[in-house]
Amino acid sequence: MSTETLEKEVVVKPSESLLSKRRKKLITDPLIDDNPVTVQVLGICSSLAVTTQMQPTLVMAISVIFVVALSNFAISLMRNTIPARVRIIVQLAVVATLVTIVSEILKAFAYDMYKELSVFIGLIITNCIVMGRLEAFAMGNKPYDSMLDGLGSALGYSWIILTVAFFRELWGSGAVFGVPVFSYVSSLFGPDFKLATNGLMVTPVGAFIILGLIVWVQRTKTGYVEH
Amino acid sequence: MELFSLGIRSIFIDNMIFAYFLGMCSFLAVSKKVSTAVGLGAAVVFVLGVTVPFNWILNEFVLKEGALTWISASMTTIDLSFLRFIMFIAIIAGIVQLVEMVVEKFSPSLYGQLGIFLPLIAVNCAILGGCLFMAQRDYTLAESAVYGFGSGFGFMLAIVLLAAIRERLKYSQVPNGLKGLGITMLLTGLMGIAFMSFMGIDL
Repeated sequence: MSTETLEKEVVVKPSESLLSKRRKKLITDPLIDDNPVTVQVLGICSSLAVTTQMQPTLVMAISVIFVVALSNFAISLMRNTIPARVRIIVQLAVVATLVTIVSEILKAFAYDMYKELSVFIGLIITNCIVMGRLEAFAMGNKPYDSMLDGLGSALGYSWIILTVAFFRELWGSGAVFGVPVFSYVSSLFGPDFKLATNGLMVTPVGAFIILGLIVWVQRTKTGYVEH
Repeated sequence: MELFSLGIRSIFIDNMIFAYFLGMCSFLAVSKKVSTAVGLGAAVVFVLGVTVPFNWILNEFVLKEGALTWISASMTTIDLSFLRFIMFIAIIAGIVQLVEMVVEKFSPSLYGQLGIFLPLIAVNCAILGGCLFMAQRDYTLAESAVYGFGSGFGFMLAIVLLAAIRERLKYSQVPNGLKGLGITMLLTGLMGIAFMSFMGIDL
């Protein structure tokens, strides 16, 4: 009896549904409970600088999702053939190739955005989330799972930087996605009413403070305490 | 004189951390103690100071549009700048490895101090960022060397200052949710405001 159930498990495993409970968890965990930015403190480096406005932030987020998911997938395919000693170089080569693809696509189809993001697209290579997920997950798991894990982590990162960008653009330049919200709202209240913007939000200082506050709110909710 | 002002600018005004957010991961992770912060800072100064001029040479003679003219006149139209990312990161990883071996051979005591940080530096955004800024701003060889060392010192200054503040922070009562990353981000913001005052210097 017991051997039968064991066998059954072995047979069932390969046909796990494309979005089983375990796989859904791979995507949803990094969104809140195990967020790469606010909990694992990864990937703050390259992208806070682009969060002065929503639009470049969105482009950045999409690029990071593309690079993290595909590099996790590619490294996971090669995980058994990469010698441990040179794995960092191999990982860097794969990531750099993907980032070059992103950068060339932007250069061809969205040149203004390419100019605006300038070096920060290149800096996705050294984004700690990419290397962190490759080391921690892709080197020891199957390709499809690794891709989902990369997708989850990148989405967790994306919503954080989009939130930072939302507040920075709203308070810094009084707009959302370039739409001047502040001037619409103040025109509703008559000619003398004016919503003021805060110039500090456009500077890097605004990003540090907003991210600090987001971390505070989020950690108070999840009850995570760092020692 | 121009080199001097470039150096000052890259340390204080265009500070890697406070103006460009580069190297934040190690800035946040390795700033709990002053002694380790000094170690990492020194390693970053060293590696940035070596890799930026080295990548300048690579960029000038191999990657730039028309850079291959020195081989033959027919190669003036070749533009390899799309290979920039992969070549720069390969050079950085290679030089970090080399630096590690040289330091281990000639100064074991320094190696003991820097040991764990050196391999980490290959994936420090500040290094690749410095190289990409150098390529973007068309520096000369001397300028890129000054810029490399200057931005390295800027990073070191920032991380040592933050580590000193965090050592004292142990004795203060911080709300639970703000402990660690939260309060460090707010602190970095306040330090950033202080550093903004350097912008008034006319260089």
